[in-house]
Amino acid sequence: MRLARKDILGLQEMTAEEIELIIHTAVSFKEILSRQIKKVPTLRGRSIVTLFYEPSTRTRTSFEVAAKILSADTSSISVATSSVQKGESLKDTILTLRAMKPDVFIIRHQAAGAPHFVAKLVPESVINAGDGMHEHPSQGLLDMLTIYEHKGRLSGLNVAIVGDILHSRVARSNIWGLTKMGAEVRLVGPKTLMPVEVSRLPVEVYTDLKEGLKGVDVVNVLRIQLERMKKGLFPSIREYSSLFGVTKESLKAAKDDVIVLHPGPMNRSVEIMPDVADSDISMVTAQVTNGVAIRMALLYLLIGGTEDAVTA
Amino acid sequence: MRLLLKGGKIIDPTRHLEITGDLLIVDGTIAGISDLGPSPEVDQIEDVTGKVVLPGLIDMHVHLREPGFEYKEDIESGCRAAVAGGFTTVAAMPNTNPVTDNRSVVEFVLRRAQEVNLARVLPIGALTKELKGEEMAEIGDMIEGGAVAFSDDAFPIENSSLMRRVMDYCVMFDVPVTLHCEDKSLSDDGLMNEGFTSTVLGLKGIPREAEEIAVARNIMLARLTGCRLHIAHVSTAGSVELIRQAKESGMKITCETCPQYFSLTEEAVIGYDTNAKVNPPLRTADDVQAIKEGLADGTIDVIATDHAPHAIHEKETEFAVAASGMVGLETAVGLVVTELVKPGVLTLSEAFCKMTASPARILGINGGTLQVGRPADVTVIDPSLQWTVNPECFHSKSKNTPFTGRVLTGKPVLTIIDGRVVAKGNEVVA
Repeated sequence: MRLARKDILGLQEMTAEEIELIIHTAVSFKEILSRQIKKVPTLRGRSIVTLFYEPSTRTRTSFEVAAKILSADTSSISVATSSVQKGESLKDTILTLRAMKPDVFIIRHQAAGAPHFVAKLVPESVINAGDGMHEHPSQGLLDMLTIYEHKGRLSGLNVAIVGDILHSRVARSNIWGLTKMGAEVRLVGPKTLMPVEVSRLPVEVYTDLKEGLKGVDVVNVLRIQLERMKKGLFPSIREYSSLFGVTKESLKAAKDDVIVLHPGPMNRSVEIMPDVADSDISMVTAQVTNGVAIRMALLYLLIGGTEDAVTA
Repeated sequence: MRLLLKGGKIIDPTRHLEITGDLLIVDGTIAGISDLGPSPEVDQIEDVTGKVVLPGLIDMHVHLREPGFEYKEDIESGCRAAVAGGFTTVAAMPNTNPVTDNRSVVEFVLRRAQEVNLARVLPIGALTKELKGEEMAEIGDMIEGGAVAFSDDAFPIENSSLMRRVMDYCVMFDVPVTLHCEDKSLSDDGLMNEGFTSTVLGLKGIPREAEEIAVARNIMLARLTGCRLHIAHVSTAGSVELIRQAKESGMKITCETCPQYFSLTEEAVIGYDTNAKVNPPLRTADDVQAIKEGLADGTIDVIATDHAPHAIHEKETEFAVAASGMVGLETAVGLVVTELVKPGVLTLSEAFCKMTASPARILGINGGTLQVGRPADVTVIDPSLQWTVNPECFHSKSKNTPFTGRVLTGKPVLTIIDGRVVAKGNEVVA
């Protein structure tokens, strides 16, 4: 089984069936992660390039680990943000790398649409590892896998995404993915961190944390970036934290069996309190493991063979 | 030399003239318009039966890129694109390198245009030195040198006090001041129109108010100074309304829009098409509707192209770093006929008035009419010719158009300057 697409650019254009296939494939791949010998020959001889124009540890490592478990060869190129405009163009960089015959390009870029540009440029597969404020599809998928594992379903769940929705590609991928799978999505955050015309998305919008968390099954807490404060989007970390920081207290409004996700890295005591982050309702480390499984599934479904990858 | 354009529908918007007949050109001058009758003795006859004969089209907002950015366009390639697109006169923006902020650059542009000897090129001088919005440029000297209008192009003067003084100064010479209206602190490095599409694409938005605040300020300063304000490339419903109100109050301001603002919406950006990146950005269907209403009720005086050539490498890149702007000279006639005339928004005469008589009046130049005795600048269009936009066929050095593959109706077939045929079909013949 393969995905009938060349690239993974976002969850907006993906069908529920495709998302289901990816999640189910990831579930079966997870078994490999629990083995003592964490390697299968599925992608032996295939070559994967990760090209990161933004700093990242977990996403890049996760893709590399996923590729290595599947026996693919990986090369990673990181480009200092400052050199992007002065140095080689993205097109030339890609054409140079392409001449080394990779099978997949995994790209993170601060400019929304950069992976789309690359996908049009090359016949090889492109995976968007996060583009500007647009999408971060593998994060959306690993969040859904984590929720699915703990709730046994996605359909009918109520998921609150809390924080800086405006700048968040994680939020956008979650919104598209979760709603396609039948979950209800709420966005919670200050008005200044909500995108314009957000109400045209299939979501409910809250600017009051307790209201927004009322009766939810899942809370996905986004990282707040300090430079947003400097741009005048909220007055202080202190005020942000007191209005939107997710605490044990605020979670009382949610369902008793609520789980909390965070894409990391966390600002403890800012958007999430330590007593939440370190509690057993926190899924943060489970998300990281699921991230590897999801990325294995994506690579396999894009360039894998037809044989049963898990038993091969 | 006697040239007869035979059997066309002759439209002269300045005189509300619309007859089927012959246009006679003698020694570069319009010599007569007559009903179909026996042909006089001539040296050359062009049969234009079924075609429309118009005054030579005038584009009061183009970027020819010379001096300084000849890799995008130069005066020769820009003039070839102009005449192929039916334009006999173009007004060139000053964002060259060096900036057209002094007489020597104005004279250089005019001299190059003379050497090229295709379209007439009218230099637009910078309002401030190096377009920095700090010190006033030598406006009087540039007028002496041949500048016909003044603009800081896409580098709007932020400081309202300086804007006021510059307007005041221009009143002295009775020249139009063309302003790109944008509050840069509000557009704040935005990349496209702010709205649902920008939210979904994750591209930073530019609210319509960034344009409208500047339109409102500049109207107020024009009221204060009496300046002949011409507002460039109007893109929003709110701007149309502000200008409508100003005109109703009796102000002598004028404005233009461009084909992209009545032919495309922000949705053209979906897929991150950098050819749809332009400043002001493509807006929404509501704005397109308001632009059409503004064109129909006369609020919008002029259709200009804002022809903005960029090299392939400046567009084949991430959306965020791609250059803003699109070429327009060679698609304007087709878009005007297809989007405005065919659906009945404007008649042929009304539409082409905005590309002939109106810009001539604003620029204060001797053109835009077919009156006997005037220089014979004439454009013949085939209003029913269907064609598909293919940038490879452009005469412009640059191919950055979002209209590739679009089927348009209406195309210039003959462009005549001073009685000389300079373009025929898609060929530049001079």
